[in-house]
Amino acid sequence: MSGAPGEVPLSIALREELGDAIETARTLQGELTLRVKCEAVARVCATLRERHGFTRLVDLCGVDFPGRDPRFEIVYHLCDPAAGRRVRVKVTAGEETPVPSVTGVWRAADWPEREVWDLFGVRFEGHPELARLLLWDDFEGHPLRKDFPVEGTSSLSPSPGEGGGEGTGEGAGG
Amino acid sequence: MRVLGEELELRFGPQHPAIQGVLVLRLRVDGDRIVECRPVIGHLHRGLEKLFETRPFGESLPLTGHLDLAAPVTSNLAYVGAVERLLGVEAPPRARFLRTLFAELQRIASHLLWLGTHAADAGAVPPFFAALRERDRVLDLWASYLAGWPGESGLRPGGLSHDLPEGWSERCREFLDGFPAALATCEGALTESRLWKKRTVGLGVLAAEAAVDLGVTGPALRASGVAWDLRRARPCEAWGEVDFDVPVGRNGDTYDRYLVRIEEMRQAARIAVQCLDRLPDGPVLADLPPAPEAPRDSEVYHAVEGPRGEIGFYLVGDGTATPWRCHPRAPSLANLQALPEICRGELVSDLVALIGTLDVALGEVDR
Repeated sequence: MSGAPGEVPLSIALREELGDAIETARTLQGELTLRVKCEAVARVCATLRERHGFTRLVDLCGVDFPGRDPRFEIVYHLCDPAAGRRVRVKVTAGEETPVPSVTGVWRAADWPEREVWDLFGVRFEGHPELARLLLWDDFEGHPLRKDFPVEGTSSLSPSPGEGGGEGTGEGAGG
Repeated sequence: MRVLGEELELRFGPQHPAIQGVLVLRLRVDGDRIVECRPVIGHLHRGLEKLFETRPFGESLPLTGHLDLAAPVTSNLAYVGAVERLLGVEAPPRARFLRTLFAELQRIASHLLWLGTHAADAGAVPPFFAALRERDRVLDLWASYLAGWPGESGLRPGGLSHDLPEGWSERCREFLDGFPAALATCEGALTESRLWKKRTVGLGVLAAEAAVDLGVTGPALRASGVAWDLRRARPCEAWGEVDFDVPVGRNGDTYDRYLVRIEEMRQAARIAVQCLDRLPDGPVLADLPPAPEAPRDSEVYHAVEGPRGEIGFYLVGDGTATPWRCHPRAPSLANLQALPEICRGELVSDLVALIGTLDVALGEVDR
């Protein structure tokens, strides 16, 4: 068992608890980054929350590296308010590989995961309702991908009519 | 509007005087009670994160001010702090104190705008005029510092664009000296008012655990009894060198959120006075090349305590002068996720007060 937070460095304690789910751990500019196996991310986050005090999901976002395979990085910023420390968790994901949702660990992940789906086209498995968040339902493409043109595409206006301009997965409900 | 058996489906927005921006709420109501509230966002989406990737670090600064139009300075501050850490530069001490001062003035201006509109939404109109008059005085201070440049805060990666003009500190001090009395006027009609308490006590209760779980930060979190403030927990700029209290509520209701923000304004004025008293001499801008390059494979997350909570930026550098990725962590996005929680079971007639009590800026929700 890992003991109280702070006694054992977090990355060592996590390796003991989770084995090879943690790929690498590095500290840069005083910020600890854990690279985690994609399929284990929900388990790692639950452990961080339950046993190490990371009760807050501060932020969740995507980054696109088209030259890499898999091309996307999903970045989680967590905070342990009692100790005032932060940790960054990263997984890599492709267009076809879904990332386990962490909505079961923090409800805060709901909209950010929808946003990553909306803007990057990365799916989250286990999300209660993975619909677009900022763009409308029949929008084509995922604009924060590097190959999406900055000036936009021809589909850049919502279709008129009920719900057309509202986006965000409400279309099915009418 | 649709009738579903005993329940009614209502749509609120997108335009409504009580919304500072554009927002749709899909409501299910049973009689006068809200059964379910589903926010629909994205109406103000401008693709800011895509635009950040197309220009050098310094040129994105005005765009960051477009996130939260009621508090551009704290967005700017989080951004320049992140850029400085990514580039490995540090603002000179005088700039750090002035930026802290500006951020606290911004907190006052933002909270005053909230106070005036929130009170007016709930039916108390006089505080609106008193609060907005005081806010105008803060805006006047900035206008004289910036010689009227619109959409500017003077913040730069590495410090500030220029030093204070002649006589500015005196004018600022004059404002801060009179502020506690002016604030007393604003809250006079509310804090002890039976009507105001009847309207806000026990309304929209957000439990501490739910607030943390939903990622809520800022006054909305502290009103639920969680003493988390980045200025105290992870001080940057000059916050580690000034004295202030972090007000915390007990019940997490609309009244406590009101009290917390009122006290935060008093504390903000207290910090601002200390910044003026202890303002060091020296330059206000560090030496930086015109378009500095971020190291390859660099990344940083930097956040400050804004009026609405934790406003942060995650930056990824790729060895060029343009960020590979720039993602703002918008406090209003997380805070708005708590709206369904605090609306459940409340009256439809309290909805505008419930939107107001979270003090979200739709510009940063939609980006």
